[in-house]
Formats: sequence, C-alpha cells, structure tokens
Amino acid sequence: MASSTERIRRLHGAAVVIGALPLAWLAWGAGTDGLGANPVERVTHVTGEWTLRFLLLTLAVTPLRRLAGWPWLAPLRRTLGLTAFGYACLHYLTYLGLDHFFDWDSIVEDVLERRFVTAGFAALLCLAPLAATSTRAMVRRLGRRWKVLHRLVYVAATLGVVHFLWLVKADRLEPFAYGAILGLLLGARVWLWRTRALSPRSEPKATGVLTDEA
Amino acid sequence: MLIRHAEAIRASEITDQSLVLRRREILRCAGMTAASALLGPLACRADADDPPSSPLADANPFRTEEEPTSFEDATRYNNFYEFGTDKEDPSRNAGSLRTRPWAVKIGGEVARPGVVDWDDLLRPHTAQERIYRLRCVEAWSMVIPWLGIPLADILGRFEPTSNAKYVAFKTLLDPEQMPGQRRSVLDWPYVEGLRIDEAVHPLTILATGMYGRALPNQNGAPLRLVVPWKYGFKSIKSIVEINLTRTQPKTSWNTSAPREYGFYSNVNPEVDHPRWSQKRERRIGEFVKRKTLPFNGYAVQVAHLYDGMDLRRHF
Repeated sequence: MASSTERIRRLHGAAVVIGALPLAWLAWGAGTDGLGANPVERVTHVTGEWTLRFLLLTLAVTPLRRLAGWPWLAPLRRTLGLTAFGYACLHYLTYLGLDHFFDWDSIVEDVLERRFVTAGFAALLCLAPLAATSTRAMVRRLGRRWKVLHRLVYVAATLGVVHFLWLVKADRLEPFAYGAILGLLLGARVWLWRTRALSPRSEPKATGVLTDEA
Repeated sequence: MLIRHAEAIRASEITDQSLVLRRREILRCAGMTAASALLGPLACRADADDPPSSPLADANPFRTEEEPTSFEDATRYNNFYEFGTDKEDPSRNAGSLRTRPWAVKIGGEVARPGVVDWDDLLRPHTAQERIYRLRCVEAWSMVIPWLGIPLADILGRFEPTSNAKYVAFKTLLDPEQMPGQRRSVLDWPYVEGLRIDEAVHPLTILATGMYGRALPNQNGAPLRLVVPWKYGFKSIKSIVEINLTRTQPKTSWNTSAPREYGFYSNVNPEVDHPRWSQKRERRIGEFVKRKTLPFNGYAVQVAHLYDGMDLRRHF
C-alpha cells in the first residue's frame, strides 16, 4: 500500500488533471471550430458552470472526510478551490474581454445595475483573498484568522448560485439543482458542528495544514 | 368551415419559386464576388478598424444585402423551449414533431372562420423569399433567407371584421411531440400576439421555409411567424391557431416576466432588458459586436406604427 504522502501526491495529481479537463475541452473546441454558433457564449457558460462545480466539490471535501473518516482528503480542498478560482478568473476575463471588449463604462454599468452581474462580481471578490491566502506560509501567518477568513467560501458559493439563478430566463432547474447541493453541503456542516458541540469528546487533532471548517 | 382536400402536397411549387429567386441571387452574388476580389484587400482593412454595422436602411427592406448566417448555425442554435432550453436542444429533439398532417384553426373576429389544412392554407399563395435580420432579445442576431407569405394575404381570405384589433397566435400543445412541454418552464402552449396593423404590415410573413427549402422542425415547422423588427420570441413557431381579437391577447414571455418582456417587444437599443444591455448585439458568425438599430433596421418601414407612443413604457 502506498504511503500517505504518496497517496496525497497521487490524489493531488488526479485533481489537477481533472481540473484541467474542461479547459482542455474548451481549447480543443476553440481550435477545431467546435464551440457552436456562439463560441463566446459557450466559453462564458462553460467556465461559469465549472467554477460552480469545483466550488461545490471543494465544499464536499470536509463533510466527506469527516463522515467517511478519510482525513487524507484534506489537501484536496486547496487544489479544488484554486481550480474553482481559476475558472472564475477565466469566466470573468471572458466577460471583460470577449463580451465587453474592455469597455469599462459598460462594465461598470453592468456590475452596478444588473443584479446577477453584481452577485457574480461579489462572488469573485470573495474568492480572491482565499486564493491569495492559500499558501502554507499564509496559513501559518494568519493562524486562527485564516479559518475565519476562509469561511468566505460559503458566501462565494451562495453568491455563485444566486448569480446563476438570477441570470436564467425561465428554466430554473439547473440553478436550483446547484442550490440544493450547496444546501446539502452547508447543512452537513451545521450537523457536524452540532454533533461535535454535543459530544463530550475532544475533537480530533487537525490533520495537515488546513482546518476543518473551510 | 372545414376545408380538406386530398390532393398531393405541392411543396415542389415553393421550391421552384425559391430556385428562381435564388438564381437571381446567385447571379448577383457572382457579380459581387468578382467586385470583392478586386476590393478585397481594401475591404479587409476597413473591417479590422471598424466594428461591423448594419445599414441604417436597406435598399430593399424585403431583401437585406447583409450576409446570411450559415445554414448550420441557423439550424443548430435555436430558442424553441418546446424542445429544451439549451440552444442545441431543438436541433437534437425536434425530430419528434410531426408536421404532416397539420391543421390551422382560424377564428375570432373573422367572417369565415375554420380549420384549414396546411396545404389548403398556402395553396392560393406563392412563397416569396425574404432576407431579414433576426434580433434575439438575448442580444445575438442572424440574417435568415425565409420563404413565406405575407400574413395580410392569408388573413384577408378569412375576412377579418371591423372588430379585429389584434391577432393572437398559438403553438401546438403536445408534450408527446414536444418534450420540453413536459416541464412547466413557460405556461404552455406558447402564445403570441400582434396589433392588427403590425400583423398586416408588408414585412410580416408566415414562413414555411428558409434557405430555399422547407422549414426544419427546430426553426418552427411547418408554419411560423416572422416579424423582423421585433425581438425573435415574437415570431412564434409551429402555429396551430390564429385568432383575431378585440382585445390585446396574452403573450407567453410577458406572462412569464412582465417586467422584462412587453407586448410590443420592438427591437430598441434605448430600452435595456432589465438584466442586460440591448445597445449591441453579436451577429452569429462575427466576433466584434454590432450596434443594435432601432426596430432592427426597419425603422423607415415601421416606426410610424408607433407614432405618439412612449416606447419606454410600451416596450
């Protein structure tokens, strides 16, 4: 059986490869004229969807790790979270460059006046400090405050779902599905907190650099 | 009145006519190709500097000189929620629609109401080719060569009464054939409406074909409305019922989101959709966005219909 560091390394590698697949698929499509009649819209949708999916996967790590008793999953959160942030950046760059051609007047108007854009932009602003403080050095430096700061991911994911919900014209099935999964993942945390609070046993020592809550 | 004849479908007549029309087009295109070969380098340089734009007025509003969208894009990128809400869904799912036999019920404020078979409805008319811009409310656009008949010519045969102030249209309701109707994304069946003067305007047609052939199912076969100065959702597809009414009929998107979609829904760059700007549009097949024109470039022909109306209020 592989050592725990070996297992983490492999897991990490797999997460990076999986994280790159949607981007590779987009690049392939762009190179082969395979992004349909409206390629800019396709790139916007695909990068937005994968931002949400990777955010939800990030949020699934902690409940899964605690409920299944797989402490070695923990380092996956940073990889998945940074992947989500990467897609969020691509999503935002597509919007800025390919949708608005860096026309800042119309972008500012959009962000201020259209609530789905406001929500999406706010979500990106929530994710940026999390990505910036994702290094081991920052985790050590911020200590207890790191944990508090990284609770912003709950806000970011909620804003992401709201952004999706507010932009669809009539078919709310997909945003509701993402919302339901997010609700489940947040609910699992509440449940874990409550059972831990009620339990007289002391909590197990945190494994690795990342803490339980985020 | 029930008119049903067992005669063979004369769709060939439509095709013939289109070929005649396209032959002229082909000749004209050949001339333009020769000219553009000479002007090519110049034209390319101009393209790089300026975003493309539509002419403020067409020399012939029935046949814009603008480059038609590719047939592939026009038939694979569709909003037809009866077959799913993704753009590619209609082309994937619309095969289940049976377009023959197809009857259209015409009623309301007409002297001669009835249920008419598709062939009988169209037989007295000759399909005309109309090359129109199509501007979707989602800020993308296409140029489509339709084959169709002025709606006024068809309505005239049923003798609208003086009480007919509006025309209401209805799409087929059949979740068996239209899988998108199994979920209540909209209040099915899809309904649309026009004021009578809009309905009988020479630009308004009932289309039966596009690109010189029969309408593909995903584009609204066998019979759809085309109103080129309004957002695309006004141009209702797969019509089974036309009613002339005294009062303004309900329309599906207005019912779904009244703040976002008005009854008129004329293309208007000055009135934004609450969630996005309508000032520009992405022409499918182009990268840089174009400026959206009032009434989608048909202002000369239709702006007078709305004289004295506040178009911000009547959006």
